[in-house]
Amino acid sequence: MAIVRGKQARWRVVAAHALLVAFLVVTLFPLLAVVSISLRSGNFATGSLIPEHVSLEHWRLALGLPYQAADGSLVQPPFPVLTWLWNSIKIASISAFLIVAISTTAAYAFARLKFPFQKGILSSMLLLQMFPPVLALVAIYAIFETIGNYAPALGLETHAGLVLAYLGGVATHIWTIKGYFETIPVEIEENAKVDGATHWQAFSRVLLPMAVPILMVVFVLAFIGTIIEYPVASILLREERNLTLAVGAKYYLNDQRFLWGDFAAAAVLSGLPITLVFLLAQRWIVSGLTAGGVKG
Amino acid sequence: MTSALLPAGYSTLPPTLVERLVRALRWPITALAALAALYTVYLVAASGQTAWAIGALALFGGAFYVYVVNKQFAYRYLYPGVAGMLVFIAFPLVFTAQIGFTNYSSEHLLSEARVRAYLLEQADPVADQLLRFTLHADGAEYRLALRPGDGDDATPPLWISPPLALRSTRGPLGVAMIKAADTPLPLTAPLQAALPLREVIAHREALMQLELHLPGTAAPLRYIGVHEFGPLKALWQASADGTLTRAADGAVFHADRQSGYFTSTAGERMLPGFKVGVGWHNYARMVLDAEFRGPFLAIFAWTVALALGTVVCATALGMFLAVLLNWEDLRGRTVYRTLVFLPYAVPGFISILVFKGLFNQNFGEINAILNALFGSKPAWFADPLLAKLMLLIVNTWLGYPYIMILCTGLLKAIPSDLYEASALAGAGPLTNFFKITAPLVIKPLAPLLISSFAYNFNNFVLVSLLTDGRPDFLSTKIPAGQTDILVSYTYRIAFRDSGSDFGLAAAISTLIFLLVAAMSLVNLRLMKKAQG
Repeated sequence: MAIVRGKQARWRVVAAHALLVAFLVVTLFPLLAVVSISLRSGNFATGSLIPEHVSLEHWRLALGLPYQAADGSLVQPPFPVLTWLWNSIKIASISAFLIVAISTTAAYAFARLKFPFQKGILSSMLLLQMFPPVLALVAIYAIFETIGNYAPALGLETHAGLVLAYLGGVATHIWTIKGYFETIPVEIEENAKVDGATHWQAFSRVLLPMAVPILMVVFVLAFIGTIIEYPVASILLREERNLTLAVGAKYYLNDQRFLWGDFAAAAVLSGLPITLVFLLAQRWIVSGLTAGGVKG
Repeated sequence: MTSALLPAGYSTLPPTLVERLVRALRWPITALAALAALYTVYLVAASGQTAWAIGALALFGGAFYVYVVNKQFAYRYLYPGVAGMLVFIAFPLVFTAQIGFTNYSSEHLLSEARVRAYLLEQADPVADQLLRFTLHADGAEYRLALRPGDGDDATPPLWISPPLALRSTRGPLGVAMIKAADTPLPLTAPLQAALPLREVIAHREALMQLELHLPGTAAPLRYIGVHEFGPLKALWQASADGTLTRAADGAVFHADRQSGYFTSTAGERMLPGFKVGVGWHNYARMVLDAEFRGPFLAIFAWTVALALGTVVCATALGMFLAVLLNWEDLRGRTVYRTLVFLPYAVPGFISILVFKGLFNQNFGEINAILNALFGSKPAWFADPLLAKLMLLIVNTWLGYPYIMILCTGLLKAIPSDLYEASALAGAGPLTNFFKITAPLVIKPLAPLLISSFAYNFNNFVLVSLLTDGRPDFLSTKIPAGQTDILVSYTYRIAFRDSGSDFGLAAAISTLIFLLVAAMSLVNLRLMKKAQG
């Protein structure tokens, strides 16, 4: 198709490029600045975007190594960033794995089986998901305090408890997986059943292998969703060594103790992997977002 | 299982090792799990938490019904997901609404029965009956020696204990003391030298559990301090009619179920208070209490303004970028798209904190640039208006890529012959946008924008990490911040400042539930319209 173009079209292209570049300079400035700041020495220094003297002091601290200051004193890392990162990854992986397991089985029931209240259960689950947990923090805190009285391993200050709290948020994932299951012809499973497979075998050996791509997408979505979760983690975890990155990171920028340079290094160190995972998964995430939204 | 579900004559896939293992262990494991579940419920019920016990019983019972009894096996696939949602999403909502009708707070944490038990446990040592004690080793065990309170370690002991292991026990441990004057003592060896204070402190836990009984006295002696044992006198006496009498002055306190305190006839209140229902009191405060209403309404207005402002700015920017990057004459669109998308890919808690540092008044980069260009260093965190502007800027930065993605998807659905026709008619890009693109995009976008509004209405992470609600309103009864939104305000009431008024926080949360529910309803309506 050819659209008739006016004479000004070339000027418009140049203007558009100029506008986009200017916009990107402003938008990406914070991200570039934080890399630059992580390489400056000291916590209060200002300077140009490309630092003249590269100093790795903040990076040493972020990696948990002490460093020798100019006056000879040994500076210890202010916070256990690597422990926090490990806590975050551990909690997010386990939660994402369990979320995938729970929502896959539930999605199978919704997509393939018939049972009473099928539609009602699904729509009420989707409706419930509209209420973010941040609105019920008082109740969540009270629930885990009570659980902790009888099962201390699942109470406040435990990672298992936090994982448990995250298992409630499965409705959107169920919806995504259900949509994918419905694109797979049901005849394949019926064949397997004719050949003598049980429901469980038809599900686990026939349907699941075909659904691996969507399971990976949901895993990544759930992983990112839990690794950036802040409110629930902030009330369930309080001890320094126990924190996740999302809760711990803010302690760098305390008004009384503003560790700007140390924060920058820790932020790049921990933010970069998450950002890369997100960018790699972007295509699926985007299609999931729009598909879920438009279909309603 | 297999053969029961299938007509006879069909072959079956051979069961795997795991399946055979599961089949063999099925009943033992079920029985063990049932025992564990029942024991948990028993523990909860035994500690007086009847409501929680019933909830746990329902949860476990449901699981056993679905997995062991019920033939409707679809629910087996559903149970974990549904149970998770019920326990961690639905139940907290209901529970929050219920807390909103109580005075649950740091002053009213416990139930009436627990507060009564706590008060009755309170006791003071009787000052003139204290006895000095020393600890002596006796083989692997220990003995206590008691001397008159005004004596020293050289005074001959009055009473001596039998050998004690001094291990921690669950409850109090009664010990019958032996009179030291009853010589010869039933000792295997003479009393060793007194152990140093350090040893006494090391055994403090065990010593505190001892109840020393002296022949001929009624009240047992309890551990008072590192040097003394003595009788305790209860501060409170329970009466048959449920009132408590203060031993010191005989004042009678009754449980006032209106205020949630034990209150004397003279009006004196005893701390701690207990948890009672207060009806609509928390809601009435939002409307009637002038000192609370002022900041509350300001926060409410700001919440709406922030959510609306974010949606408007992010939509304008996102839609503009989507349209621009949809323009085929523009080269390098993929690179632009990835770069423009980047703010969405960085985890929010990191980028918000990065902005917190960049906006810092004294050593933030933004003020360094503004200072170099215009010679001014705005106080982004101290000035309420600037703080609000900063929140809006940061939230737009965080939110526009999402709208851009949505718009990009929707733009692809617009047939290109519309633009060809408009080009023939000589229309420019602006006309194209306002006459063709915008009207076609806005309808399917509307429900998503409402979701986005609802999300930003509750954007706790943004406010909490960037300004934490500051700067605060001056002279308010309950601390409130000028940049607080409703959720961060409830968080503050519940978890941050002194008081921890869970009841009030829960009431505000309940109000937000209703608003979110209303937005969801509008959303559903619009979605149906967009589809139909």
